[in-house]
Amino acid sequence: MKLTKISLVAALIIAVAFTSCKPKDADVQAKIEAAIKADASMAGTTVSVKDGVATLSGECKDDACKANCEKAVAAIKGVKSVVNNCTVTPPVAAPATLTTVLDAATMQKVKDGLKDLKGITLDFAGDKAVLSGSVTKADRMKIMQMLMSAHVKSDVTKLLDK
Amino acid sequence: MAVQDKYAELLQAAKDLGVSNLSVAEQAGVLHVAGTAASTTSYDALWAIYDKLDPGMASGDLMLNIDIKADAGAQLQVTTDATNLNIRSTPSTDGDVVGKAAHGEIVTLVEKTDDSWWKVKTADGEEGYAYAQYLSPM
Repeated sequence: MKLTKISLVAALIIAVAFTSCKPKDADVQAKIEAAIKADASMAGTTVSVKDGVATLSGECKDDACKANCEKAVAAIKGVKSVVNNCTVTPPVAAPATLTTVLDAATMQKVKDGLKDLKGITLDFAGDKAVLSGSVTKADRMKIMQMLMSAHVKSDVTKLLDK
Repeated sequence: MAVQDKYAELLQAAKDLGVSNLSVAEQAGVLHVAGTAASTTSYDALWAIYDKLDPGMASGDLMLNIDIKADAGAQLQVTTDATNLNIRSTPSTDGDVVGKAAHGEIVTLVEKTDDSWWKVKTADGEEGYAYAQYLSPM
């Protein structure tokens, strides 16, 4: 009778000891989330932990970043394995034309584009086309579209709404 | 990053609308955005967002170089206010007028000579350069 009691207590102690040894998923998840928060390169990554398996999702800027993220998470205590479902966002290319040149040909294009619009004065100052006058909302849209397709910077602060 | 933040909605819309070859760069406080919109509707939607985010489009902090997908042979509608669109011998208003396309008429794209002038062919067979601003891919 006494023996059964002791063994029951022992079993209970062992059970409690084992459970407390094994980190809880929620605690592991919190640790990983803290690590993600601390590292700017891991921004945009989310994690969920189940039975010690950490599943990562979100966007990484490149493959190296994705691998590093996985490595960092795998190193955290309590993580048995990592399922890396992060996607790599393709880089956004820089436009071919960043420079805007206002040469004679471009000026002519701007003049051509404004030819049919009445009541607008066009000047060129530095690298900008300076427009003044008054226009309808629709015409303003057309003018801006024309200027930008010709790669021309503009000053339209004196272009008023009709 | 401030300019990118200002136009975040525009950049997101460009992605959502499937603008191809989308490129974004910031230089000297000006955000340069380029790409090819799949349709005139997408193009108009992006410009409407620009006008909303920067009323009057007067800040000069965005260069929006979006064109509309149109390959040689594409049908283009003449979108002058009401007048005829001149078709010229060279890509400039200095060029002789070799033909005219009426408002609303459909012409065929021969080539995109540059961003401002496109070579087109009318149904009557007149071929020459017209100002791209007045041509909308269908």
